[in-house]
Amino acid sequence: MVAPIAATVNAVAAETDALAADGVHKVDARATNSATTRRDYVARVPIYPKLVHGRFRLLKWLGMAVMLGIYYGLPWLRWDRGPNAPDQAVLVDLVRQRFYFFWIEIWPQEIYYITGLLIMASLGLFLVTALFGRVWCGYACPQTVWTDLYIMVERLIEGDRNERIRLDKSPWTLDKFGRKSAKHVSWLVIAALTGGAWIFYFHDAPALAANLFKGTADGTAYLFLGILTFTTYWLAGHMREQVCTYMCPWPRIQAALIDRETLMVTYRSDRGEPRGPHKKGQPWEGRGHCIDCNQCVAACPMGIDIRDGEQLECINCALCVDACNAVMKKVALPAGLIAYDTPQNIERRSKGGKAHFTFLRPRVVLYAAALAAVAAVMLLALSTRATIDLNVLRDRNPTYVKLSDGAVRNAYTVKVMNRAPTARTFHLGIEAPAGFTTKIIGLDDAKLPAEIKVDPDRLRTLRVLLTVSSANLAASSVSVTFRVSGGGETRSNATVFLSDGGAQ
Amino acid sequence: MVTRKEIDASSGTETTGHEWDGIKELNTPLPRWWLWVFYATIIWAIGYWILYPAWPTLTGYTHGILNQSQRDDVANAVLAMKSQREEQGRLLANATLAQIEADPNLFQFAREAGKSAFGDNCATCHGSGAQGFKGYPNLNDDVWLWGGKLEDIKQTITVGVRSAHPDTRLSQMPAFGRDKLLEPAQVNDLVEYVVGLSGGKADALAVQRVTTLYAEQCAACHGPDGKGLRQFGAPNLTDKEWLYGGTREQIKAQIVNGRGGVMPTWGSRLDPMTVDALAVYVHSLGGGE
Repeated sequence: MVAPIAATVNAVAAETDALAADGVHKVDARATNSATTRRDYVARVPIYPKLVHGRFRLLKWLGMAVMLGIYYGLPWLRWDRGPNAPDQAVLVDLVRQRFYFFWIEIWPQEIYYITGLLIMASLGLFLVTALFGRVWCGYACPQTVWTDLYIMVERLIEGDRNERIRLDKSPWTLDKFGRKSAKHVSWLVIAALTGGAWIFYFHDAPALAANLFKGTADGTAYLFLGILTFTTYWLAGHMREQVCTYMCPWPRIQAALIDRETLMVTYRSDRGEPRGPHKKGQPWEGRGHCIDCNQCVAACPMGIDIRDGEQLECINCALCVDACNAVMKKVALPAGLIAYDTPQNIERRSKGGKAHFTFLRPRVVLYAAALAAVAAVMLLALSTRATIDLNVLRDRNPTYVKLSDGAVRNAYTVKVMNRAPTARTFHLGIEAPAGFTTKIIGLDDAKLPAEIKVDPDRLRTLRVLLTVSSANLAASSVSVTFRVSGGGETRSNATVFLSDGGAQ
Repeated sequence: MVTRKEIDASSGTETTGHEWDGIKELNTPLPRWWLWVFYATIIWAIGYWILYPAWPTLTGYTHGILNQSQRDDVANAVLAMKSQREEQGRLLANATLAQIEADPNLFQFAREAGKSAFGDNCATCHGSGAQGFKGYPNLNDDVWLWGGKLEDIKQTITVGVRSAHPDTRLSQMPAFGRDKLLEPAQVNDLVEYVVGLSGGKADALAVQRVTTLYAEQCAACHGPDGKGLRQFGAPNLTDKEWLYGGTREQIKAQIVNGRGGVMPTWGSRLDPMTVDALAVYVHSLGGGE
């Protein structure tokens, strides 16, 4: 641990001496996580990202505020569903086996809605990645957002890059101990809030919050609070870029999704090279615009050098764009030496051609079409989803029963579902050829269509017997349809009546 | 053995100093994450020794400070299940069988409990779907020797048939042939008579010969018209259902041997809630009577 820090700190000392250009210090920041310099079997070399200001930093602050606001606040949002259902807008009710999302309520047997949602999320990521590269990684991934938040806290308590390096190098003093403790306590508080918000999605938030503090909440609530507190603290505080580089499969998958027309954070080597320090008054002709100040490396939370080109470690957070633009302004050069660009454009420009973006490409059209198709199916399924449903299971053992007078009987387990938050009465009808008689156990005097009362948000299981005399049996398999209706909705379920076909 | 570290030129990795035919073995370090997980498992194992039973001793084993025992866990889980079932069973106990069947939630609960108890206790003879076998009644149909109302079914389950219970359902058909109560020719004629009762083609002369004999020997239990008598558990001989088969040979075998099955008494083996649940379940199979 000691050696790399010492090396970095020596480099910091060098910062004050060397100038990359008039008014721009050269930072001796090293791309410690770059695949070209990273060494296996040694401890992680710490990265001290430097604060930058600019368009993308602002975008990231705003994005962080919005996304964390949604994450922490959503469980507290109320949504009135009447007296028989919870009033939490988003709730995964594992005990009662219901998923609530504003006006949508999903039962366990409708898990295909979740499948559809996940397919849409995947296709959405594919599309966005093909168009704009790794914007998910750079702006929206929880690992990125929480790491950004943790670095912000670290910066507030320990100072910016140089102060943090100096603090780590300095011997243990009361001030250092105080700062380090404050940082870790703050991190743990954020982690606990993160874990706390997570469990609120699975229980009524206000009630659970009260129980959590009273110590009377369910053991699993504390368990998951603990697990998520630990993972948040560990992944965002300590693992950081290693999660993206070593653990996450998404960077690998993305390699298959991007092509040479995909937007990504790019060092425009055609403009920047050959790089080197710039002396005051020196002409810019015959040399590149990169003054090799290393500010882009110092700003990088992933510990890489964007000038090495496309690399798996880069999450496309565009903080190096802000860092470089600030430097370009100082040396009175146009912004955008590092910018969202495509590898194809670099090639076009270096051949003397004109750069342009091609958003309409086969893969983009394909992803967009697939996304639209799945979304359309989902929308159709959701908008035609009934609050009433019917399942019919025919007894298979015994397949049929012969009665004392030679008649044949089949038994069915009929499940009538009421997905509305109010008790309702449905009508159960059975379509069968002439001669069939019906009996519903427990509703002995019921006449078809039978009135079936079902509790709010519940299903009712009925046992229905169909009987027919052997004289009326036309075939060994007869089609029978169960139909349930109520509240303007109808659901039917086609099944069969089996027998030996009236044989002896 | 080489004591000083030797670095392999091409890989930059330390060697073990072992050499075979000019090839040196590299001493590649373990991945750090693997090493840390390995250390963590060692610490975990030590914690396990302290907390849980671990080491055999001469007289037994170390119990660990948690004093954990899987035998006790099972015993406690069984106790917990029993008390939970008692709680749910109280709902059943406080309702009549008819009320249980009319209440959707109680009915569902009783049916599930009954189905499970049926599988454990009844399916061996009656079949997993209660479809019955030769000599063991089908409980899905409409033939009920001892009655098919909820209360009748409950009573039969409670006391059994030809069981050791003092109030058992009891009847005994004599072994007319084996015990030589009737002549073989008379038995053969009775077979024709029974075939005729259920609408089969019977030898008219034989029927004529045994009409008086049937009235003397059989009608007391099976009824003068052969429709059976519930109080004796005597089957209806005019329908199409045969507990021991309806061919001439099978009918003859029954007259000769007078077989009757045995059903144990379940009142002393199962708790009242389970008996209630079983009655509701069996009644719901075919609707009883």
